Amino acid sequence: MPLVKQGKIVADGYIQVADDAEIPVEGAALIPAARFLADPEALLKRSGPTGVIWPNNRDPEELVPYLDKLAVVALVFPSFRDGRAYSQARLLRERYKYKGELRATGQVLRDQFVIMLRAGFDSFEVKKDADAEAFAATVKRYTVFYQPTGDGRITALHQRMQLRHAENAR
Amino acid sequence: MYAYDEIDRTLINERVSEFRDQVKRRLAGELTEDEFKMLRLMNGVYLQLHAYMFRVAIPYGTLSSPQLRKMAHVARRYDRGYGHFTTRQNIQFNWIKLADLPDALEDLASVGIHAMQTSGNCTRNVTTDQWAGVAPGEVEDPRIWAELLRQYSTMHPEFSFLPRKFKIAITASAYDRAAIKVHDIGLRIHKNEAGETGFEVLVGGGLGRTPFIGRVIKPFVHGRDILSYVESILRVYNQYGRRDNIYKARIKILVHELGIEKFAAEVEDEWLATRDSALTLDSEVVEDIRSRFSYPHYQKLSDTPDELTAASADPHFARWLKNSVAPHQRTGYAIVTLSLKPVGGPPGDATADQMDAVADLADKYSFGEIRVGHEQNLALPSVARRDLPALWRQLDKLGLATPNVNLVTDIIACPGLDYCSLANTRSIPIAQELTRRFANNDLAELIGRLHINISGCINACGHHHVGHIGILGVEKNGEEFFQITIGGRADEHAVVGTLIGPAVPFAEVADVIEDIVEAYLALRARPDELFVQTVERLGVEPFKERVYATR
Repeated sequence: MPLVKQGKIVADGYIQVADDAEIPVEGAALIPAARFLADPEALLKRSGPTGVIWPNNRDPEELVPYLDKLAVVALVFPSFRDGRAYSQARLLRERYKYKGELRATGQVLRDQFVIMLRAGFDSFEVKKDADAEAFAATVKRYTVFYQPTGDGRITALHQRMQLRHAENAR
Repeated sequence: MYAYDEIDRTLINERVSEFRDQVKRRLAGELTEDEFKMLRLMNGVYLQLHAYMFRVAIPYGTLSSPQLRKMAHVARRYDRGYGHFTTRQNIQFNWIKLADLPDALEDLASVGIHAMQTSGNCTRNVTTDQWAGVAPGEVEDPRIWAELLRQYSTMHPEFSFLPRKFKIAITASAYDRAAIKVHDIGLRIHKNEAGETGFEVLVGGGLGRTPFIGRVIKPFVHGRDILSYVESILRVYNQYGRRDNIYKARIKILVHELGIEKFAAEVEDEWLATRDSALTLDSEVVEDIRSRFSYPHYQKLSDTPDELTAASADPHFARWLKNSVAPHQRTGYAIVTLSLKPVGGPPGDATADQMDAVADLADKYSFGEIRVGHEQNLALPSVARRDLPALWRQLDKLGLATPNVNLVTDIIACPGLDYCSLANTRSIPIAQELTRRFANNDLAELIGRLHINISGCINACGHHHVGHIGILGVEKNGEEFFQITIGGRADEHAVVGTLIGPAVPFAEVADVIEDIVEAYLALRARPDELFVQTVERLGVEPFKERVYATR
């Protein structure tokens, strides 16, 4: 499954640790939530970046004490119809000020790229190669956004106010 | 009218171009039907029994004449020459081809019309009173807020894949024409003691197989906070709404399972963390939206012009005037409802020729504006009273002056088994038969206000639960049967109707309804005691006896 990061297909440096597999002592690893929370202090002292795979039915507030040390939070879309991880993403970015990599995993299609970016995701495990290759073109598809979110894109309401003020100043 | 600016138009065009790509990928096999389904639904495209069905939004029920003409064009060019107005201020075309849809959307986009989020598990078309902006006594024009919510909910990056669909309705009048109590969120505009605009917020109303009347979650949310409050409700729902069972996924089930107090507390916690954010609407932003609604330049006219007095001698005109014409905010003007319920016709259908003709009449008599209400009728919102006789003559020729608004033959019905892949039974033929049984205008007038709502399955698109008489189609051993409820209502006193007894077969439905109506006429305390009031006073028992005594 191709990984898209900063708009490009890149090699995934992380090993995704299965529920029953041994956690490697070094190297980049993504660890399931339950195992991470069992001993977060020790895991964050591993040599090599550590990330967590966070299920979409668990409150991301539990991660708050560790957010500045986590390299990746991987949120899960078991089906693209299940939108819980969008709320988790916005909470992590906007309320808990998480600055690390926020990865979308599961059934990720090109048709979600724009809203995923807007919700705060910055890396994507894309299901289909063709979608990963279309990333750069797809995310340029929209130039108008109605809602304020943490991605900082200007909203239509404020764009209008700016236009209006510019007209008044003329 | 709200005038779309370049920003709104750009978004609609971008959406059309995205959908064109999605259709292309589907036709090329790059998208599976399962993947495509959700994407097409969010652009208003269903796969029905015989063909794709295309649902187009009419935001807050307001159309300009060029917009209505474009609907006629779509009906003619891509469909079979007619469209169907729904109970949620949408129009549906029943016979469209998948490959034509991007072109149809592009044609509609040229007049600022779209089909975004008319289906799918997202916020649907935000609806309101079809008399908004012209109804006497309304607190203020609810469409300003409907438009703010429309923009807020369009392509929302967090709430496009909710557990289930999500419907918001707004009213600003004492008499609720928007059925806010049977919506996921119902908003009633009112003012606080300081004279500031805000909302009584209701949550968890809905019909379907488990009907609930919405509960008040907060008596007053200030206008500036309405988006953050709605966002808080949606966030709680998105995270905790059930996704294991499609029939338990609506917010009403979450509210019911948690209880309104617990649900309200969750929302309040969320809101305290959200309210002071970029979602706060400062008055400048609200005024900017308000400024893009244009209002007619009304003249100073008489409420009793000579033309009207003269024409009233004609009993046909006088009957229509009494039935279909309502008072307006401005002296000398009236709101005219155009019945889409002719005797023997499918409720809510209009032909392309009728749509074009109504657009012309709107230009001539109603400042180019048309409204669409949840009862599946149209309205011309601002007609000079002196023009009423001339307008009536033309509507009558078009078959749009049936004087049955709010009467027994003004039936709400879903498309049923004639079109719908979910239906258990037909709805339209039941409605057609009832309009024939009660075709006598004197009888209909004698009966008075009576809403019959018909659904061809438990999903309740025909709002049978809240009909004064509700008719629900169910399948029994491969045959169509119908459950009858009475006493429901969808207004500010909304209540779910009560089942009167065992389901009856297709052929007996009209007889049963006639029995119920006859029982009412015999039982009512006064001529002006409405059917629902008689049911409220006496309960279902006497009606049940009448219906089942001889069956």
